[in-house]
Amino acid sequence: MRASRKPASLRRFFARPVVSQLAIVILAVLAWEVAARYSTDELFTSPPSAVFAAAADLFDEAGVMHAVLTTLWELGLSFLLAVGFGLAIGVGVGASGTSYRSLYPIILLAYAIPQVTVLPLFVLYFGPGPASKVAFGFSHGIFPIIVNVVAGLRTVPAGLLRSAYSMGANKQQIFRRITFPHLVPSFFTGMRLGMTATLLGVLLSELYVSSGGIGYYTELYTESFEPQNLFALTGMLALMAVFLNEVVRRAEIRHSRWR
Amino acid sequence: MRDSTVSRLIQAGFVAAVLLIWVLVTGTGLVNPIFVPHPVDVVKQLGRLIVDGSLWDDLKITLFELALAFTAAAVSGTLIGFAVSTSRWSTRVFEPLFAAFFAIPIIVFYPLTVLYFGLGPESKIVHGGMFGFFPIALNTISGFASVDRRLLQLADAMGASPKQRFVRILFPAALPIMITGYRMGFILTFLSIIGSESIASLAGLGHRIVWYAEALETPKMFAYIVIVVVLAMLLNAIVAALEVRRRGNS
Repeated sequence: MRASRKPASLRRFFARPVVSQLAIVILAVLAWEVAARYSTDELFTSPPSAVFAAAADLFDEAGVMHAVLTTLWELGLSFLLAVGFGLAIGVGVGASGTSYRSLYPIILLAYAIPQVTVLPLFVLYFGPGPASKVAFGFSHGIFPIIVNVVAGLRTVPAGLLRSAYSMGANKQQIFRRITFPHLVPSFFTGMRLGMTATLLGVLLSELYVSSGGIGYYTELYTESFEPQNLFALTGMLALMAVFLNEVVRRAEIRHSRWR
Repeated sequence: MRDSTVSRLIQAGFVAAVLLIWVLVTGTGLVNPIFVPHPVDVVKQLGRLIVDGSLWDDLKITLFELALAFTAAAVSGTLIGFAVSTSRWSTRVFEPLFAAFFAIPIIVFYPLTVLYFGLGPESKIVHGGMFGFFPIALNTISGFASVDRRLLQLADAMGASPKQRFVRILFPAALPIMITGYRMGFILTFLSIIGSESIASLAGLGHRIVWYAEALETPKMFAYIVIVVVLAMLLNAIVAALEVRRRGNS
């Protein structure tokens, strides 16, 4: 009885997507290790074991940790600013039909301009320090938040509003009971997209020019041909991005469940 | 229809107001011309770039990189996305993996790309291709996954061959979603190529913007910014029009 059940549960275990995903990742790392050890130039590729060793060393190096922290607070500050201003502007634009019709086209026009083109201007105006990263990350993050807040306010079903009016609800009640619950899920969607965009903006400006952030070290390791350090730093940034994305995605799912 | 005319008018008015403020602020010497050049200087530089041909070399390089990167992203994204979508198991395994990768700003890998492929066009093509691959692959997967099962059952019941099944049902049903993926991938590829040219490169439009910014020749820099913005809007309008047309046919 037991013996016949075990293979079935084992098979079910291996049929789970997470298991296969882990297996694929582990296989890729192993293949990389083998390829890096036996066939390629040491100056360019380092086996994962060397990368992990380098990652441990990087954590000990005060300068690198400081740079990571600098980048993190640049990201945090520009995201907070983007959320605050994005919410305020979004509510202002979406509050009434008139403001929506007159201001929203201007927001869309500004959103359509690719910000990478003006990256050097940010450095020209704000200097090579953290200020230009915060400003550039902010300029990336604010637009998705505005657009989603406006969408949340403008897509409240008209039938709900009409029935609330007919039952004699006042403005405050309508906001609390109808508009606000509709705003929350799209606000969280905006925050998720805004987080991705802010991260892109901060990293882009860090890599372009940096005096003490992560960009300084990526350039140092590229120019001094230390691939294991570059891999370790890149991997750390990638993990950070996945983690932050997961946090905002969870928050989004939690707050849009009522729909 | 009327609403869109009104919003076009508002946009035109806004652009005119910005230009007017720009002229007033720079004409009266309120701001340093190194930070914000006079629009007339920018227009002069723009004319000079187009007339003396110095624009074309960089434009050609950027468009060449874009064409190769997008072709690579579209071909590999479509093939891999289709291969993944053929079974439920591989869809459930690979789609989250791709989505997780898509959440990483791929710009973090750019220093590694430069390390392997150098400062020339190769690193931009690889980088742009990586940026474009994920939306195309993800939309191909969801396009084929969203085909109405009843249509497939119907086709099977009427004895359709695998080829007919693909040509008549699977492909036409998946195409609209795939086209959205191509549009997203195309725009991301273009922007990432401009971005990577600004970070480390030898030529191209993004390179020129940074070059003149560092030389503090802001009129030329603004002229190149205008060119890239116009190019981006033009490319955007072309793909959007193509998307609408395909949607209309299918």
